[in-house]
Amino acid sequence: MSFIDITLELLAGFGYTLALFFLTLVLAIPLGMLIAFCRMSNCKPVQNITKIFIWIIRGIPLMLLIFMIYYLPGLLGVTNVFHNVDIYFTSLLKSNEVVKIGSFIAVLIAFVINYACYFAEIFRGGIESIPHGQYEAGEVLGLTKTQIFTKIVLKQVVKRILPPMTNEIITLVKDTALANAIAIPEIIITAKDFAARQAIIWPLFYTAVFYLIFVGLVTIILGKAENKLSYFKA
Amino acid sequence: MFLEVKNITKKFDDTDVLKGIDFNLEKGQVLSIIGSSGSGKTTLLRCLNFLETPDTGTIFVDGDCIFNAGDTHKKSFEEIRENRLSFGLVFQSFNLFPQYSVMENLMLAPKLRVKEKVKKEKLPKAELKKMYEEIHAKALDILASVGLSEKVDAYPCQLSGGQQQRVSIARALMLDPDILFFDEPTSALDPEITGEVLKVIKSLAARNMTMIIVTHEMNFAREVSDKIVFMDAGVVAAEGTPKEIFESENERLHHFLASFNNAQ
Ligand SMILES: Nc1ncnc2c1ncn2[C@@H]1O[C@H](COP(=O)(O)OP(=O)(O)OP(=O)(O)O)[C@@H](O)[C@H]1O
Ligand SMILES: [Mg+2]
Repeated sequence: MSFIDITLELLAGFGYTLALFFLTLVLAIPLGMLIAFCRMSNCKPVQNITKIFIWIIRGIPLMLLIFMIYYLPGLLGVTNVFHNVDIYFTSLLKSNEVVKIGSFIAVLIAFVINYACYFAEIFRGGIESIPHGQYEAGEVLGLTKTQIFTKIVLKQVVKRILPPMTNEIITLVKDTALANAIAIPEIIITAKDFAARQAIIWPLFYTAVFYLIFVGLVTIILGKAENKLSYFKA
Repeated sequence: MFLEVKNITKKFDDTDVLKGIDFNLEKGQVLSIIGSSGSGKTTLLRCLNFLETPDTGTIFVDGDCIFNAGDTHKKSFEEIRENRLSFGLVFQSFNLFPQYSVMENLMLAPKLRVKEKVKKEKLPKAELKKMYEEIHAKALDILASVGLSEKVDAYPCQLSGGQQQRVSIARALMLDPDILFFDEPTSALDPEITGEVLKVIKSLAARNMTMIIVTHEMNFAREVSDKIVFMDAGVVAAEGTPKEIFESENERLHHFLASFNNAQ
């Protein structure tokens, strides 16, 4: 196999990584905000339930969470929905390899729930770190609560949470490798297959380059965002 | 009477912080509130500005009741918001919005206000632009009056404490408050720059701005005030003209002023 063939196959695997990364980000950020607001709710029961939920999700290894979500329908006595979706699409697309859409959705759900909880705690920390005086200054100037949040607090929160979010997002890039727990053909599985089936070892090392480039890009973009907000102190 | 405050009480948990505060103020007058630390001055100011809700009491401005603890229905944030328009508050710690330039700090609230108005009254968009321009012009005027014309585009982190406090006074003035409140406006400043802020307040007094100032600057209070209220342990222990206060025989007041002179 040529270098180009292998690159293309690895890229196909990396496609899963990218899809999982972006979908998780797009879904976990709003869900994380919702969880953060529930966590800060004045209603004690809501607050406590959220606290317990965050504890459970953060306490379970992500890999285990993936298995749990994947097998949950089976446990509940329903058939394994995710597996059935795989089979359905495989026959629909008349593919000779299993189309892992159902499994991918299971992984995505686990990722979104897991990262939403981590993001929620970062959001909460950010929001709670804004001095009370900022809210009061908005209040005495006659702003509504929504205006105070969107026009005064939000940008300061974003500035404060960017560094921890950058950390979490880089971890997310690498965590996507866990998708191979339920045999999603992501890049590392692809590379391992070369080693196992054709005794070609170097693609495994080459795989690191994909991650490094992607993490590099993420770092640069988020660094730019941080720079953009560095004009003020908060 | 322009402002009438009657029987304001406030309890935190089990401590009575305000035990029935009454005072009045005429339009255009300056009232200073003095008193030792913990006597409830800040709490009183916060109650008057709806940052705290008094347990009892009433507040009248120009004959209109803007607060009555006895009201059976609790006022919503929206209703309180309307009443806030009559008051402005300058904080001890400035509380400027760090992400906004000086101009943006001044324009934020008035802009949001006119935007709301344009939306509600369905005025044409061009109207809004004109209003924004008026607000901008007004902001420039006010900044000039506090001596900060050069800092229009500066961010709060680029300003000294005294400059920040002058910006926050300017920000409060943008909404044309009937009464402007100050909570120890110079306490967070180095002694050598308190003067620039006091000068601005004095110039406002000269233009007959109605003001209530909590302060530990006794000389300033004596100079600028029409009336001084001495608070002690949650009550108004003495009130009168500066002359009456500084020559008072009231024992607690005497003690307070003496401790002040010794400290300086
Ligand atoms: N939110 C609160 N919860 C509980 N107690 C409070 C609260 N705010 C103020 N107090 C108490 O109320 C009392 C009066 O406080 P306040 O800040 O009004 O005093 P002050 O006269 O402004 O003092 P200073 O000159 O130090 O600013 C203090 O004993 C304070 O501990
Ligand atoms: Mg105080």
